[in-house]
Amino acid sequence: MNAQSAMMGSKEQLREKWMKPEVITGSEILLRSLLLEGVECVFGYPGGAVLYIYDAMHGFDDFKHVLTRHEQGAIHAADGYARASGNVGVCIATSGPGATNLVTGIATAYMDSVPLVVITGNVATNFIGTDAFQEADITGITMPITKHSYLVRDVEDLPRIIHEAFHIASTGRKGPVLIDIPKDVSANKTMFKPVTEVNIRGYNPTVNPNRLQTDKLLKAIESAQRPLILAGGGVVYSGGHEELYQFVTTTGIPITTTLLGLGGFPSGHDLWTGMPGMHGTFASNKALQNTDLLINIGARFDDRVTMKLQGFAPHAKVVHIDIDPAEIGKNVPTDIPIVGDVKTVLEILNKDAKYAHVDAWRAQVMQWKEEQPLQYVDSETELKPQWVIEMLHRTTQGQAIVTTDVGQHQMWAAQFYKFNQPRSFVTSGGLGTMGFGFPSAIGAQMAHPDRLVISINGDGGMQMCAQELAICAINNIPVKVVIINNQVLGMVRQWQEIIYKGRYSHIDLEGSPDFPKLAEAYGVKGLRATNKEEAEAAWQEALNTSGPVVVEFVVRKGENVYPMVQAGDTIDQMLLGDSE
Amino acid sequence: MMQTKHTIAVLVNDQPGVLQRVSGLFGRRGFNIESITVGQSEEAGLSRMVIVTEGDSGTLEQIEKQLYKLIDVIKVIDLSSKPMVARELALIKVKAEPNVRPEIMGVVETFRAAVVDIGTHSMMVQVVGDTDKIDAMIELMKPYGIKELSRTGVTAMIRGNAN
Repeated sequence: MNAQSAMMGSKEQLREKWMKPEVITGSEILLRSLLLEGVECVFGYPGGAVLYIYDAMHGFDDFKHVLTRHEQGAIHAADGYARASGNVGVCIATSGPGATNLVTGIATAYMDSVPLVVITGNVATNFIGTDAFQEADITGITMPITKHSYLVRDVEDLPRIIHEAFHIASTGRKGPVLIDIPKDVSANKTMFKPVTEVNIRGYNPTVNPNRLQTDKLLKAIESAQRPLILAGGGVVYSGGHEELYQFVTTTGIPITTTLLGLGGFPSGHDLWTGMPGMHGTFASNKALQNTDLLINIGARFDDRVTMKLQGFAPHAKVVHIDIDPAEIGKNVPTDIPIVGDVKTVLEILNKDAKYAHVDAWRAQVMQWKEEQPLQYVDSETELKPQWVIEMLHRTTQGQAIVTTDVGQHQMWAAQFYKFNQPRSFVTSGGLGTMGFGFPSAIGAQMAHPDRLVISINGDGGMQMCAQELAICAINNIPVKVVIINNQVLGMVRQWQEIIYKGRYSHIDLEGSPDFPKLAEAYGVKGLRATNKEEAEAAWQEALNTSGPVVVEFVVRKGENVYPMVQAGDTIDQMLLGDSE
Repeated sequence: MMQTKHTIAVLVNDQPGVLQRVSGLFGRRGFNIESITVGQSEEAGLSRMVIVTEGDSGTLEQIEKQLYKLIDVIKVIDLSSKPMVARELALIKVKAEPNVRPEIMGVVETFRAAVVDIGTHSMMVQVVGDTDKIDAMIELMKPYGIKELSRTGVTAMIRGNAN
């Protein structure tokens, strides 16, 4: 694709070509507008209502279109692309079932504030509302799970709407924006006038914080005895990781990072306590329960972090920095609200931040870290999932982009793969979407063709979007697909064991395919390991393979994720599990 | 926290689906809607919604913030935080044989309401006022037998010198 682009001339020449005022169809307007927004890669699936759009793409190679095997694969790939790159992810689907197949992916992106522009076809405007073939009210269906949506009624509006959609998706608290284009709108012709300015009266996110509030925070740090930073996805999304690093190292305040905040701060750092919450570290949860000044930077006090709200951080004065004012005070009463872009806020704070003289507290936090590190009982006869993740980390020096599916392997990846760079951990946090892990890796790899991308999945979630192995094979997308196979829906098993008294109900995944053979059926190399020796060998072979590989690690069935806080408990009521 | 009634004005783009966006937001976040009215505003292209809702101050704050997240919402005003004028209109079709009509007329006059239609066995009364007044009027009409009742819901504004 790069070679082709180079042949077509420089970016400026291309821009000139795309900007040219001409009478063209809505479909061509769409493609040109996407190019003008900087889109390099689109994931999609054709169908009746988007035939004009796909017709316009015939022989078109100014951006890459990846034909997935399911619309859900397309939107998760676009999501992975967006999370790994920081750019807007784009996907296209047809009307009706094509559009409704996107719903889970839209909700996934919405919950985790991922910028997407989702394009759906719809039946022609004169058929809308008649229950026409493959008609679905997708703007209505997705209203609660999009940041905004458009139903384009006139081709004249298309350039403005596309430009607004990219602006809305990628600014403020980011999120998915849906553009529904009826078939006749994509066919109609008009003079193309590119839109380069936005003027949306009801949309003006607050980037710069109120200085009175930032000053209050700096004052509060001076008088705090036990300050703690809780950093979330906002750090990564705002690109504020360097500013955060400076803030932490200047103030010397211990820091815990949420699931989506992992990578926003280097895991190896002394002041880092790990992830908090339901499967958080002992040190993080103890620190949260004992802090007298909790500085939330771009996290949303999700219930998996706070657990029981009454009794969460009971001694803390709460500071909350967030781009979305509605998050402040939503779950946890806040003493110092700071609305603004995390990076901008941190830049301002860093100007006057001073070292916090709280040596006793720092020592206490260090002691908690040492007292109860993340641990598991290793085995020489069985492969342990935690050991596999540690091996992945060891062999890649923590430099890979890791995507996960949802469940036990996700938590182990969060605990044992120590992230050091932002945008290197791609996981569905808010919605907890199974089937996300593998296709999102395809998108991440498209965003970073030269980086190692590892997709860690369970044997359950892998079967929810396995069909996308085809596009890895066809496009030689070299994702290393790891399957942690415990032959069971592990997280459900864990809850049934601990909370439902061992009444295991419908969790057995017996009859799953032979995963290496499944990979081979798609033309992807497949490997299996059942012990440590095989695991090291298979993984090395995978790393040495230039194309996509599926590596199945057959692990112990009954392993649980610890620490664990049960629903209804406060975060210091941790089950710590087995230890030697 | 104390549950109180709040009257909120929401200035929105006059776009298809905007009522659905607002009412959907109330529904999915568990905010209660006691009444909602929508109509043109003083500015072309914008509609004004007036929503009466009930909740504590935390809920009200969330309602305002969540409303502002909708791209089509231009402005949210908590009318009930200031001196306001709130009005509602009700049409009441009440059973009215000729012998009771003078009595009903008496009530209507006292309430500065109006009879807007007379049928063979009924009268239609129009009453304008705040919610309490309409409630009182309905109570007084009940003994005669209310055949049909239609209320507009509250529309409201902050007083001229209170802005």
